[in-house]
Amino acid sequence: MAPITRTTQGTAPAGVGALLRFPLNGLNFAINAMVTPVSTATMEESMSSSAAARYEAVIGLEVHAQLATATKIFCGCPTSFGAPPNTNVCPVCLGLPGALPVLNGAAVELALKAGLALHCSIRAQSRFARKNYFYPDLPKGYQISQYDEPLAERGHVDIVVEGQTKRIAVTRVHMEDDAGKSIHDGFKDSDRYSYVDLNRSGTPLIEIVSEPDMRSSGEAYAYLTEVKQVLQFIEASTCDMEKGHLRCDANVSVRLKGAAELGTKAEVKNLNSFRFLKQALDYEIARQVELVESGGKVMQETRLYNPETGETAAMRSKEHAHDYRYFPEPDLAPLRISAAWLEELRASLPELPARKRARFVAEYGLPEYDAEVLTATRAASDYFEAAARASGNAKMVANWVMGDLMGMLKAEGKEIAESPVSAAHLGELVKLISTGELSGKLAKEIFPKMFSKGQAAAEIAESEGLKQISDTGALEKVIEEVIAGNPKQVEQYRGGKTTVMNFLVGQAMKATRGQANVAVVTDLFKQRLG
Amino acid sequence: MDIASLTIDGIRASLLARRYSAMELAAEALRFAEAENPRTNAYLHFSPERAFYAARRVDERLARGEEPGRLAAVPVAVKDVIVTKGVRTTCGSKLLANYIPPYDATAVERLEQAGALLIGKTNCDEFAMGSSNENSAFGPVRNPVALDRVPGGSSGGSAAAVAQGTAVVALGSDTGGSIRQPASFCGVVGVTPTYGRVSRYGLTAFASSLDHIGPLARSVKEAATVLGVIAGRDARDATSAAAPVPDYTAGLDGKVKGLKLGLPREYLKELTSETGELIYAAVDDLKRLGCEVREISLPATDYAIACYYILATAEASSNLARYDGVRYTFRSGQTETLAEMYRNTRGEGFGAECKRRIMLGTYVLSAGYYDAYYLKAQKVRALIARDFADAFQEVDAIVAPVSPYPAFRLGEKMADPLAMYLSDIYTITGDLAGIPCMSVPCGKTASGLPVGMQILTRHFDETTMFRLADAFEAHSRAA
Repeated sequence: MAPITRTTQGTAPAGVGALLRFPLNGLNFAINAMVTPVSTATMEESMSSSAAARYEAVIGLEVHAQLATATKIFCGCPTSFGAPPNTNVCPVCLGLPGALPVLNGAAVELALKAGLALHCSIRAQSRFARKNYFYPDLPKGYQISQYDEPLAERGHVDIVVEGQTKRIAVTRVHMEDDAGKSIHDGFKDSDRYSYVDLNRSGTPLIEIVSEPDMRSSGEAYAYLTEVKQVLQFIEASTCDMEKGHLRCDANVSVRLKGAAELGTKAEVKNLNSFRFLKQALDYEIARQVELVESGGKVMQETRLYNPETGETAAMRSKEHAHDYRYFPEPDLAPLRISAAWLEELRASLPELPARKRARFVAEYGLPEYDAEVLTATRAASDYFEAAARASGNAKMVANWVMGDLMGMLKAEGKEIAESPVSAAHLGELVKLISTGELSGKLAKEIFPKMFSKGQAAAEIAESEGLKQISDTGALEKVIEEVIAGNPKQVEQYRGGKTTVMNFLVGQAMKATRGQANVAVVTDLFKQRLG
Repeated sequence: MDIASLTIDGIRASLLARRYSAMELAAEALRFAEAENPRTNAYLHFSPERAFYAARRVDERLARGEEPGRLAAVPVAVKDVIVTKGVRTTCGSKLLANYIPPYDATAVERLEQAGALLIGKTNCDEFAMGSSNENSAFGPVRNPVALDRVPGGSSGGSAAAVAQGTAVVALGSDTGGSIRQPASFCGVVGVTPTYGRVSRYGLTAFASSLDHIGPLARSVKEAATVLGVIAGRDARDATSAAAPVPDYTAGLDGKVKGLKLGLPREYLKELTSETGELIYAAVDDLKRLGCEVREISLPATDYAIACYYILATAEASSNLARYDGVRYTFRSGQTETLAEMYRNTRGEGFGAECKRRIMLGTYVLSAGYYDAYYLKAQKVRALIARDFADAFQEVDAIVAPVSPYPAFRLGEKMADPLAMYLSDIYTITGDLAGIPCMSVPCGKTASGLPVGMQILTRHFDETTMFRLADAFEAHSRAA
């Protein structure tokens, strides 16, 4: 695309490939300095734990997830991360005069999958709406979102907290386009100006809104975990929080336990990691309880979480008093979803994490914890199942995956999908152990080599001469030597002290550098000394 | 060559007979347009580079013996709300005074593919908001027929250019009558096609659900030819229609005998002026051509103005939000804070009419007012559309006035915006219903001011509209 010519006298030329600059002062998310933050520590001291125990929190989450499409929601620009500023742009996502949105079918498909996976009903006809507000990184002056006719509604997510399963209702799932990014730091004139990068403008998002069904930060944490897992399983989103692919806001209020009415809620923004979510909620709940206990009132306001201090603080009230003036987007026809397409998508959905967990417990006899770890990602569960099938010993595979494999992957910063040990190779290793062809000790020695070389267990055993010795002929000689070299122990065994057998077997293993088949060696000793 | 009386067919014949080349025509057309422009201010800027580039391509095709295109070497003017790659597109606004788009509107692309020469960009009311072309940031356009009068708006520059003869045809845009009313005031043909017939991609949005691109020309046939070139599905406009585009000129067969025409009672009740007399005379002509004329009723008409000025301003308030000083627009120099940048840029940048409509539109969409205004207006819009659908059960076309009066004097109505809004009454209904409609000249007042007759037909039935207009035009030329 040709560079966009700047129109303005006296301002720096800007356009494609350059950052756009605008005055900084008065940004609407500046934190209100008038609000004095209260630290959690102070609150804990000033408030008896019995007071806190009389309250319960009421929490609802709004989760934004970036859909994993190759191109943007209303134009053909790539969604790739990390391109030079203002290069992944075109007239549509720059909001140039005359440009029009055309809906990306792949984004609709992923949003529908998310709606289905969250057990929502999908509207046969949904509609896009304009959400109007001014901000420099919003090039059209409005966001194209969905308002009173969202794509999907009335779903749920089941979470497990302290062994109890709880159902959290999902109000709606709707599609929208993302804004660009404002950059407030790092420039010579950052004290006076901010800059805008519009590469992200037009990236497809879904917003998942829950009912206020959560009662603690732990429940919120579990809910976000579950939503993230579901979206990753169906490959609707990578949910990479560091890249901003998963973002979260929370609506929080407190009330006396047993109260029927809801307290006044505050919206807490900027909860961009699981840790921040928990910290921010704990802080906010404590703040509200203390406020109410001391006779104060919770204000309906938007509060921003500050990860540096672990506190939330109110945004300037006049600037978040938005009236978005929603109205139906006239540039896009209503979105109609055929029953046939929906059925096709429903059929294409993979097994979802909750069901997979239950199945792993039932089918493989895994403990709950193991099932949870192994279904954390689709890649992990796929890997586990493939290895389990190849080995015939799922429990042992689970231990290997959760132990040695994940440990080594973590040490090298690798994902399980990139594991140098294939699922088939791990399955084979476990099979060799189960059938007694390889001792557990040998396997532990072989596995790191499989990891570094990417070879099968048998190959490594072969090349390193580490094959288990089960040949009685070869072992008899060793047994004779052990018996000859340890007359005292032999005597004790013969005298009825059978526990000495362990010592004798150990000696034989030592002599064979661990390659002897323990069962065969034991049998041979018994025969020889019996 | 006589630039002012060129026709599409005449140019084609001359090119094929090698009487002149496309390059020679481009040079002459540009010279003529630039020389004539000070009289009317119809053009905001000219585009010689593009015109010569297109002309060279036409000459090359001719030299190779290839088909030079349906609009070969036809000088066209394009309203300055339609974007043109590399050619300044101001929308008649100070905010975009120096804006050069990086891409072409689909309609412009299609014109050039057919061999047309883009001569220049025409003046208009700021962001197409107005009925007199007096809301341009770059001065009003004068009506070439009577220089002390307005050319109509908002496509005043396009109508004036065609009437003046500096362009053979022009593109305008119509949201509430902005093609038909200036066509009527300047005595040319102006066409608002079915909503979705012509891609809006590259048309700077005023009110997206009402915006149309359409042609202005000196004859029905030429308007039909241009529409045939620019019409048809465009993947870049999700509201553009997939309906096949018929050969409009092939339908100009004069066969209008027995055509059932409706005369809406509500459009004529207050029409007692000279305009009314000319419309009635035209209806008599149509009867003489064998059409059956009957009175029909469009009962929701009374609510049309209110409905239109709610919906159009609501959409406008959103569509104009992007002119904020951040990127390609004018930015006020007096800004220390973000809020100031917005306020000062938009305060200094927009003219009074745009501000008025942004405020109206913002108001009707505000929390607590949405249901009473926007939602109710949507319901009225549906009623207006139903009125037309009902009428078309009985008749094949509707004939009506375009404007209650002919071109008025510059400055005459600027002090009374409401009176200006009310003058749109006959044209906004067609836009609200999304049906094709056009203005065809039907005579002049005693003082020589042109008056247009409006013809409206069913969705996607431009063919009947053109056939009737063409037969009427032939009849009135013969008379």
